[in-house]
Amino acid sequence: MAESFDVIVVGGGPGGYVCAIRCGQLGLKTAVVERENLGGICLNWGCIPTKALLRSSEIWHLMHRLDEFGFSADNIKFDLTKIVERSRKVAAQLSNGVKGLMKKHKVAVIDGEAKLKGKGTISVVKNGQTTEYSAKNIVLATGARAREFRGLEADGNLIWTYRHAMVPKEFPKSLLVVGSGAIGIEFASFYRTLGADVTVVEVLDRVLPVEDAEISAAAQKAFQKQGMVIKTATTVEKLQKGASNVTATLKAKDGKVETITVDRVVLAVGIVGNVENIGLEQAGIKVEKTHVVVNQWCETGVPGVYAIGDLTGPPWLAHKAMHEGVIVAERIGGVKGVHPLDTSKIPGCTYCWPQVASVGMTEAKARETGRKIKVGKFPFIGNGKAIALGEVEGFIKTVFDADTGELLGAHMIGAEVTELIQGYGIARTLEGTDADLQTVIFPHPTLSEMMHEAVLAADGRPLHI
Amino acid sequence: MSTQILMPALSPTMEEGKLAKWHVKEGDTVKAGDVLAEIETDKATMEFESIDEGRIGKILVPEGAEGVKVNQPIAVLEMEGDSAPAPKDISSTMQAIRDAIVPAVAAPALKAPLPEAPKAASTPPKGEVQKANGADPHTENRVFASPLARCIAQQSGIDIGNLHGSGPRGRIVKSDVEAAAKGSVQKAPAKAATPAAQQVPRPAAEAPATLSGIMPLPDARLFFREGEYDAVPNDSMRKTIARRLASAKTLIPHYYLTIDCDIGALMSLRARLNEKSLKGEGAYKLSVNDFVIKASAMALMKHTDVNASWTDAAILHHKHADIGIAVDLNPGLITPLVFKAETKGLLEISNETKSLAERAKAKKLKPFEFEGGGFSISNLGMFGIRQFTALINPPQSAILAVGAGEERAVVRDGKIVAATVMTLTMSCDHRVIDGATGARFLQTLKVFIEEPASMLL
Repeated sequence: MAESFDVIVVGGGPGGYVCAIRCGQLGLKTAVVERENLGGICLNWGCIPTKALLRSSEIWHLMHRLDEFGFSADNIKFDLTKIVERSRKVAAQLSNGVKGLMKKHKVAVIDGEAKLKGKGTISVVKNGQTTEYSAKNIVLATGARAREFRGLEADGNLIWTYRHAMVPKEFPKSLLVVGSGAIGIEFASFYRTLGADVTVVEVLDRVLPVEDAEISAAAQKAFQKQGMVIKTATTVEKLQKGASNVTATLKAKDGKVETITVDRVVLAVGIVGNVENIGLEQAGIKVEKTHVVVNQWCETGVPGVYAIGDLTGPPWLAHKAMHEGVIVAERIGGVKGVHPLDTSKIPGCTYCWPQVASVGMTEAKARETGRKIKVGKFPFIGNGKAIALGEVEGFIKTVFDADTGELLGAHMIGAEVTELIQGYGIARTLEGTDADLQTVIFPHPTLSEMMHEAVLAADGRPLHI
Repeated sequence: MSTQILMPALSPTMEEGKLAKWHVKEGDTVKAGDVLAEIETDKATMEFESIDEGRIGKILVPEGAEGVKVNQPIAVLEMEGDSAPAPKDISSTMQAIRDAIVPAVAAPALKAPLPEAPKAASTPPKGEVQKANGADPHTENRVFASPLARCIAQQSGIDIGNLHGSGPRGRIVKSDVEAAAKGSVQKAPAKAATPAAQQVPRPAAEAPATLSGIMPLPDARLFFREGEYDAVPNDSMRKTIARRLASAKTLIPHYYLTIDCDIGALMSLRARLNEKSLKGEGAYKLSVNDFVIKASAMALMKHTDVNASWTDAAILHHKHADIGIAVDLNPGLITPLVFKAETKGLLEISNETKSLAERAKAKKLKPFEFEGGGFSISNLGMFGIRQFTALINPPQSAILAVGAGEERAVVRDGKIVAATVMTLTMSCDHRVIDGATGARFLQTLKVFIEEPASMLL
């Protein structure tokens, strides 16, 4: 007789393990199946270890500005092995932490690869052995992986995905990053800061194409100032591998073709859902463009089977997956008043240098809706704390509905903006208006004062500019 | 700030008591725990202690007073930083009532301001001292809504107090208002339909439900043990009914006029007309109520002093008979309006009331279809109710309660004969309609009902 659960979560990434915790809190007998490491890509090969790497590059950057702050040092060097080691340690510590959290919430952890098997049953294969489990509810949270194109496959040696780029054995002198979304730009930023010659190729006409156009433009300018070569509206036609380098054929939109030779290539051209070999077809679950199709409640259409996170499509963000995990757990647990996820309230953060963060609509998108809008902007150079920190690059931008005062969107570029965006996120979620934000007392001196100023600026009344 | 010291309930069943002795006098400073007075009930005499610190501003109930109701203010306690004088006597209570009425029917010169959400002091379950100026934000009448929801509601002309909140703890959020806005496309309600709205800026909100100086009612939960009842939460319709009718009955000086109508002629005319109904499409069946609506509309046009609304500055005499018809939603009720009923024939009135009732039951009425009007009709005849009185539906000034048409023994020319009789009772706002005014209206109405052909004259 198969062991039975109220909920089995397939995949122990941020969506899956958070869903399992919430199920445990609600008193549901819960198991999570994980084939590799608890914490998933985010924690082991994504968000967290890259932040550790970027912290190292940030320190490196500051060490080159020692004189400005009144220090001197000679012979500044970095040890790539140690930087990578630290990043791995951070990931390992957190993965262990998740293990502890599973125990605390009485969630059973099943090692192996899961597959849907008929109604309310899954099979888990581990070392060739198959065990069956039954569950009233199954939550699929198998995540996603880097997209590869035919002829542009990663080999882990010369051509990397994020996974290889995170654990370099030697430091490439030159690097081609294909794709300028968050993943591509973060690696470009890391390697450029540590001294590599970095070229970024983007098929669209600007970097960070999901961001507000003004933010993209400011980011591109900053990256170029740092020495990055940015090629927008350009595609990679061919990658020719040599013995220790790669020659890339690039084709611009205007037809111009050029070749460049680099030590390594990082592919960051999007994401595909892990939809294979989990029994979706047999179960009758619909898949479109490598992602599982779900409704607003993450239901797949097969009773008792849910899908959350990257598996269900963009935005591919850990906090989106976590939130969906909680929604599904609470729906299963019969919690009242659960609301579906509102994608316009999901903030996005890119930890390049300078950082980029946003929530809600871009100015262009807001204009497209046909409503009357007002826009406020405030630069870092007008903020006391920013000047004291020596971080005067960047600005904050707000987009309001001119009639209702609804905060439609907020966009930021500059130091620590990834820590600031939540303020606007709270305002949006609590449905505060421009009038409310104007009356908030922001502490002085902080970077957050710029958020206030950007609100006041939308009414043409900023105080410090 | 000042607070009122209320008559304490010394036991859950205590309703009133005697203020046996004051231990303080006006001007005395008291602190928490000081004995204020001795309260005597039929069972015991107990000391009543202050739970706040302050100065006794005014003693409202003299020593020795008997039959002092629980929660009735007995004194005013002035706290530190006091500036607002406490209500002193009946005149301040009257002022409060006046203040409450005025914003409900804003004077023409007044620009309707954005009102505060109604903040009314609720009855504290056990407290002896109640904050006089309603500083406690957690009162049951406070509307919890996001700033954005409030803003959109105001711009769309939606009364946020009538919405159901889907946010955390029932908070009204943007999507709730947007959903309500979709259900009521008509944003500027009834400008053409109710002429009064053109002359007087539309009142922005209802008056606060509770008036300072009026004794709040004790919370019913005080009298029952938990578990011995099922608490059925009040939905927004129930809350609206409670709020509007409590205000109407409290603030409008009602009086009642009853008249019997012989509906023999009406019944036979109705039968003849209904016989003429087509079969299938276009079929109709006129009801007695359709005749009552038609007759009322005709009578209202003759007596515009009944088809009227009270404001402080002037009485608004309406130019059309917009008549509200009470529709039972079981639970709840709503009174959608038949606009310009005086211009409509029986068939049109019949079809319209059917459509209004259906849409009312499906909750598909738009706000302009049930707000305003000059008169209402409530009919409980179908339940065999012979006679009853109804509450006036503001801003109207009268409502007609229609009883069952039944065979009764009546005396005619000294002989007892059988007749089909229907009893009508009109509730009147005495501020607008004097006794004889109301009586003259009913006289006209009686003629129209007893001799329907006279409506053709």
